Amino acid sequence: MLTVNGLKRLHLCVSFDLQDGECVALQGPSGVGKTLLLRSIADLDPNEGTVKLDGTLREAMPAPAWRRRVTYLAAEPGWWSDTVREHFTAWDDALPLVTRLGLPDDCGPWSIQRLSTGERQRLGLVRSLMLRSRVLLLDETTSALDPASVTAVEALIAERIANGTSVLWSTHDHGQARRVGSRIFAMKSDGGIEESRP
Amino acid sequence: MTYIQLSYGNLVLPALLVVMDGVLSLVLRLKLEKQLAIATMRMVVQLVLVGFVLTFLFAAVSPLWTALAALIMVLFASREIVARQKRRLTGVWKYGLGATCTLLAAGTVTMFALLTELRPDPWYHPRYALPLLGMMLGNTMTGISLGLDVLTNSLVRERTAVEACLALGGTRHQALLPIIRDALRSGFMPIMNSMAAIGLVSLPGMMTGQILAGVEPVDAVKYQLLIMFLIAGGTGLGTLAAVLGGARLLTDHRHRLRLDRILT
Repeated sequence: MLTVNGLKRLHLCVSFDLQDGECVALQGPSGVGKTLLLRSIADLDPNEGTVKLDGTLREAMPAPAWRRRVTYLAAEPGWWSDTVREHFTAWDDALPLVTRLGLPDDCGPWSIQRLSTGERQRLGLVRSLMLRSRVLLLDETTSALDPASVTAVEALIAERIANGTSVLWSTHDHGQARRVGSRIFAMKSDGGIEESRP
Repeated sequence: MTYIQLSYGNLVLPALLVVMDGVLSLVLRLKLEKQLAIATMRMVVQLVLVGFVLTFLFAAVSPLWTALAALIMVLFASREIVARQKRRLTGVWKYGLGATCTLLAAGTVTMFALLTELRPDPWYHPRYALPLLGMMLGNTMTGISLGLDVLTNSLVRERTAVEACLALGGTRHQALLPIIRDALRSGFMPIMNSMAAIGLVSLPGMMTGQILAGVEPVDAVKYQLLIMFLIAGGTGLGTLAAVLGGARLLTDHRHRLRLDRILT
């Protein structure tokens, strides 16, 4: 279980729990701080407050170890090498997920430059899923995808949730929030969140 | 050794060449005449002053005065490094990083040369220590400012890539390594280029100076080789220290990228 207590970053001040195998949708207008919240939980920005995974403080472990358990996926994933497969530690193991999300199995040597935004988003998701993290912090992960790919991504995430992964999923799509979230957090401009059931 | 001495009178005619530049600027409306005049005046005043200061220092041969002169040279070098940065660090490190690294690199190789191969008596004799330090500072400065410039610019430009690596559980070292390599490569480039071109395209100023002062060319070449080896070593040390130090300052103990530590 992920416990967030009094997390403060700029105007944000948020407390909530996220159970194992639970998916919560995070909604709110652009610029309200959804990305800030997700990045803060992953400890990518300086922030205050207690964040625990199964009762263990994130400060009790090195930040890289924390981020392998509580993994943030940016809306536009970044790439540090030239080709697709250089970004994966085990490309062959990633292939089933890659093909499941509608990409050809020979896309390993492809140059990052020629990927479309949607392809980058799907490959970025696969790259993060390979960590098998306990908690996924998804930031507009399907914003550039066609409906078929969105369905494929949602099904894939649903499998992970059924296996005990917790997900906090930021999305602008109300339909998606209702489909994937067992609860919905609406982020308000004062930096707090309001919980509702779909 | 014999050399042709110049009087101030000998400089009047050559100085007219600068006046010619000024006339060109006026005629072609380059609007450079004011800048040119200031630069020329600065050069004359600075060099004449340095001449007197060096005369004093060489007469004194005092470790204290020599150290003070060296310190002032390092301070000017670090100011120059900051001036060459497009993006600067916040806080004390804005000047501190460049100053520490030039002092470390130029100081180390200068001491190394003085204590092992040149061995003047006393070892801190300003006639050897100060010109040597000056040449080291000038060159390590170039490597350091280039390395830091590439580091900060690439971190800002490649921010999503660096943070993607961090978000996937990479350490700050893993995430910054490609950029650190680029920055080091840029810092090394000028000294490698000048080593390759030296003697063919350019005759180094120090060697030319020694030859004009009556030193046998082969002896002047030996001195120049010593200087070039020292510069190569100093640039390597300084650039490494500055880039690794900069990378550390722009990340924190929780392996976050801290671009808020770059002045905008």
